[in-house]
Amino acid sequence: MVRLTLNGSPVEVEDGSTLLDAARLYGIPIPTLCHDDGLTPYGACRLCVVEVGVGKLVASCSTRAAEGMVVRTNSQWVDRARRLLLELYVATSPQSKRIQDLASAMGVRECRYEAQHEDCIQCGLCVRICNEQMMAGAIGFAGRGKSRHVSRPFEQTSELCRQCGACLYVCPVCELRCQAGTAETALCNGCLNFAPACFKTYDDAMCFLEPCHACELAGPFRADARTSLRAATTAR
Amino acid sequence: MADHIIPHITDLEALERYAIHGRASLYPERTKIMVGMATCGRAAGAEEVLEAVRESIEERHLDYAVAETGCIGWCSQEPLLDVWVPGRPRVTYGRVKPKQVREIIGSLPIPRTDLALAVMTGDDNPVTGRYHSYCNGDDGRVDGVPSYSDLPLFRRQLRIVMRNCGIVDPSSLEEYAARGGYRSLWHALFSRTPVEVLAEVLTSGLRGRGGAGFPTGRKWQAVRDAAGGPKYLICNADEGDPGAYMDRGVLEGDPHSVIEGMIIGGYAMGAHEGVIYVREEYPLAVARMSEAILQAERADLLGKNILDSGFSFHVSIAKGAGAFVCGEETALIASIEGRVGEPRPRPPYPSEKGLWGKPTCINNVETWATVPVIVSRGGEWFSHIGIGKSKGTKVFSLVGNVANTALIEVPMGTTLGDIVNEIGGGIPAGRICKAVQTGGPSGGCIPAEKLDIPVDYESLAQAGSIMGSGGMIVMDDRTCMVDIAKYFLGFLEDESCGKCFSCRVGTQRMKEIVTRIAAGKGREDDLRLLEDLAWLVQETSLCGLGNSAPNPVLSTLRYFRDEYLAHIRDHRCPAKVCKELITYSIDPAVCNGCGACVSLCSGKAILGEKKKLYRIEQAQCTKCGACLESCKFDAVLVN
Repeated sequence: MVRLTLNGSPVEVEDGSTLLDAARLYGIPIPTLCHDDGLTPYGACRLCVVEVGVGKLVASCSTRAAEGMVVRTNSQWVDRARRLLLELYVATSPQSKRIQDLASAMGVRECRYEAQHEDCIQCGLCVRICNEQMMAGAIGFAGRGKSRHVSRPFEQTSELCRQCGACLYVCPVCELRCQAGTAETALCNGCLNFAPACFKTYDDAMCFLEPCHACELAGPFRADARTSLRAATTAR
Repeated sequence: MADHIIPHITDLEALERYAIHGRASLYPERTKIMVGMATCGRAAGAEEVLEAVRESIEERHLDYAVAETGCIGWCSQEPLLDVWVPGRPRVTYGRVKPKQVREIIGSLPIPRTDLALAVMTGDDNPVTGRYHSYCNGDDGRVDGVPSYSDLPLFRRQLRIVMRNCGIVDPSSLEEYAARGGYRSLWHALFSRTPVEVLAEVLTSGLRGRGGAGFPTGRKWQAVRDAAGGPKYLICNADEGDPGAYMDRGVLEGDPHSVIEGMIIGGYAMGAHEGVIYVREEYPLAVARMSEAILQAERADLLGKNILDSGFSFHVSIAKGAGAFVCGEETALIASIEGRVGEPRPRPPYPSEKGLWGKPTCINNVETWATVPVIVSRGGEWFSHIGIGKSKGTKVFSLVGNVANTALIEVPMGTTLGDIVNEIGGGIPAGRICKAVQTGGPSGGCIPAEKLDIPVDYESLAQAGSIMGSGGMIVMDDRTCMVDIAKYFLGFLEDESCGKCFSCRVGTQRMKEIVTRIAAGKGREDDLRLLEDLAWLVQETSLCGLGNSAPNPVLSTLRYFRDEYLAHIRDHRCPAKVCKELITYSIDPAVCNGCGACVSLCSGKAILGEKKKLYRIEQAQCTKCGACLESCKFDAVLVN
């Protein structure tokens, strides 16, 4: 077992656990876009950064927990990094509901870039699932820098592809589309308006929903939404 | 030279016999003509010069030795031709044209001095610590021609890494041996234990010359202590910075020094396999290195049972395809293994799990080339050179708006100002220095006011730049810092491996913003956005490339913020570089209608009649600047 400090509390995790595993084990949510439990950690999306020691940001999905580490998953730096990242993500792929939701949840309220509608964020989930789970290896990355992209061998339809669709299934951009964005901004934030109210009573009966739908939806990432909702209800 | 059969070297006497052979060709009894035949020389026309030398000698049936050497570092004067008459100083001729060769050779046996650039009265050998004088008796000075030891370019230099560059024939093992080569290896193998060799390197305080400056001794210690084997050594010769060619100079000018350093390293760390990772864009360096490896193998200096000591070490060459990111150690390892050159998270460090998952020591070309000198002269001696925590010397390629563009080697702690103004000879054409960019694309721009800082790892980092591998670009007042930031961002957006979202998209977006500013369409809050982005890329990227990628933006924003603001607020480019913000026009008071500019105008925008006035039609002007350069009367105005 490895002992470390997680958000100020001493915790123990199994040898070989990543910081992401450790945080999730103790119920601390960390947003990711390129992580999947069934695939090797990749560390490309950088959303899962956490602060180790003072001021050092590392990707929690690909960093092993080590004895005596002091890890913070919610420091100011981590928040700032995630918000700035999500702002970039929204501009790259405004049609992804996953990204728009994360951005809303993390409190991104402006997008200062022009939308590019590139869609693919090169999280590598499709490449990895094709290689590691489907054992096909029909797609991979080609090029580097700004010309890097997911591709097939020689840009031809690969004989190795069985058209299983696993790549589509894991894609954080394709799965759910958001009709995001206005002419002014790529950021949607529309879901914030849909935060369901918490009913004390349902018709005449008391509400016994367990867990409560509203509370469930207004989960840890929605703290912001909840606060604004409470403010709105109080004002009313 | 390479044709005769190389005898196996199994004892010190055999090595000495090599050295005697080498001395005979290095300092022959007859006149010797040398041409600098490194890539830089060839680009300037050295091949034609060498051809002319051979023809000239053949024509006159002269018994002269002709030798190719590497680059001595005097880039601005290439192609260089040297004439050495026994007992006289070596005379250097610069910017030699093939037709001048006949004149130079015709004047022999007394070399002409009116065309000469400088004379070299002898050479220093840091391996033995001895000075070899070329002249019999006198000091060898020639009236009217400066001596190398008087030239500002060479006076301040201390050549340890480049000790043999421009002196020996890189394709001759004998000449390397004559300069004390492979003696350090001999000493290490027969009179020192591996631990003692390692202790020397630790004492020397040598730090990695690839950029990050990690103490070499500690890296070696980690690899030596690492469990498991076989262990590997890698020589990182993946030099990709624009305007930097230190490693190429060493590989092409003195390949054996790198091999010797690696064998000594192998002995100290218990490794038996070494790989030289060199980019394929350096074909001559690859050829020189392959030749040197073959020679060393045939002489039993490399391979199985080196010098009959029982120690074996093999060196092979891996060629990179020119990705800048492959200079990062984990990406480099991936590339050698045949995978995509992308960095991976550390730990585990390569010293624990490197090439093929085994402990691996990666050092830069310069670092390896320094090792033989440390072994022969001692770590203590080496540690007295340099300043503070930065010991020894560093090779820089001094380029840009400077009189002497050159490959120089100076002790650490020499100030930037001394390098630019003294060694570099200042800024040509009466211009003034604006900034010096150090450390390649991920380095920073240091403004002229800060040129008094000493060049060492810590001082450069404090000034917002890095030592990097040693690129040094001097910029004069005609340089627009926004344009410079745009150029380096363009390089980085192409050369980022693209795995980390923040680095790939961050550099692209920074480029987008800086391009917008350069076009005069920037917004006031763009600077804030740039700073946010720079912070993000720096903090959340995985490898050194991403961590340092924002440096060009951050350092120009720090020192030249007003220039950014001039672009944004006044839509003005103070250095008159950014095309969207300048207009070319012809001053009617000065133009005499010579028409020199008309035919050069790419947009056919210059209208008018010969001998009368010309004017520039703005709608057609492509702002290429050809008219400005062609006008002898300064009639073209830029606003």
